[in-house]
Amino acid sequence: MEKVVLLVEDSEDDIKLTQMAFKENNIANKMVVLNDGEEAVEYLFCQGKYRERDINDQPTIILLDIKLPKLSGLEVLKKIRADNRTKYIPTVMLTSSTEEEDMIEGYKGGCNSYVCKPVEYEQFSQAVKQLELYWVLNNRTPNKRIEEE
Amino acid sequence: MNKPLEGEPLVILHVEDDEAQAELVKRSLAQNRVRNRVLNVYDGEEALDYFFHRGKYSDKLKSPKPHLILLDIRLPKIDGLEVLKQLKTNDSTKKIPIVILTSSAQEEDLAKAYEYHVNSYVVKPFDYENLLSLMHDLGFYWLSWNNLPWVIRAENDRNYEQSVKITKGT
Repeated sequence: MEKVVLLVEDSEDDIKLTQMAFKENNIANKMVVLNDGEEAVEYLFCQGKYRERDINDQPTIILLDIKLPKLSGLEVLKKIRADNRTKYIPTVMLTSSTEEEDMIEGYKGGCNSYVCKPVEYEQFSQAVKQLELYWVLNNRTPNKRIEEE
Repeated sequence: MNKPLEGEPLVILHVEDDEAQAELVKRSLAQNRVRNRVLNVYDGEEALDYFFHRGKYSDKLKSPKPHLILLDIRLPKIDGLEVLKQLKTNDSTKKIPIVILTSSAQEEDLAKAYEYHVNSYVVKPFDYENLLSLMHDLGFYWLSWNNLPWVIRAENDRNYEQSVKITKGT
């Protein structure tokens, strides 16, 4: 099965940097980029323009920015964790926010990990590589998707 | 901000009943770029005693809250999944990252672990080379990139300083 990394991010610069770092890593994975929280929800739950998508075909890891247009990352996280079809997907809050409150909310909301995006390019690139390496190659998730109740 | 403080090793608690395995993991982690100190407990009951300050862990200073927990599943007395469940439902422990480190890749264990809000689930490779490389990635990821709320970090650091003082003082 193809391993998909879902990046939900609105900053064009951060998207470009993340994509570049992924390419350098050379772990063959598809990266899907979505630009706001609403679109992330539509994608994950196969609604709107994603209604043709197979709901069993979920990403291996979700990298979720906190500050997003339309629906915040914390709101998206809440929806992911509240639904049996998505609640086991590892979700990492990837954010430039170092605000203590966001971090606590992220952990409360059930994120698997919380990573602050380094400002400097080299560091940023290294963070993204480590993230991919860890979550795609080392972390295991259940194969079976739980059916909607 | 997410880098460890200079000279202060981060504390990892490893719950594993096989002493040889525990030693291997400790040795692999010692080679990590991030300075760390691995503490070992050997069964599920001891793990819970450690966190909830019971029995020989009644002194809080001798059981500092770790920055990371590595947890085996098949454990004597209390199963690793039960330990996970209890730690993730208690307010004082739920924010500590828990990584299941086990030789089982059984679907049922995986599903249960995620059901109980594990942070990550990793299957131990059999050979030392691969274990070394896994522990390198794992240690680096959880001790360096992953951010913990300050409330935990501050408490850990304070506890650690105090426990060092106590050890030196005796």
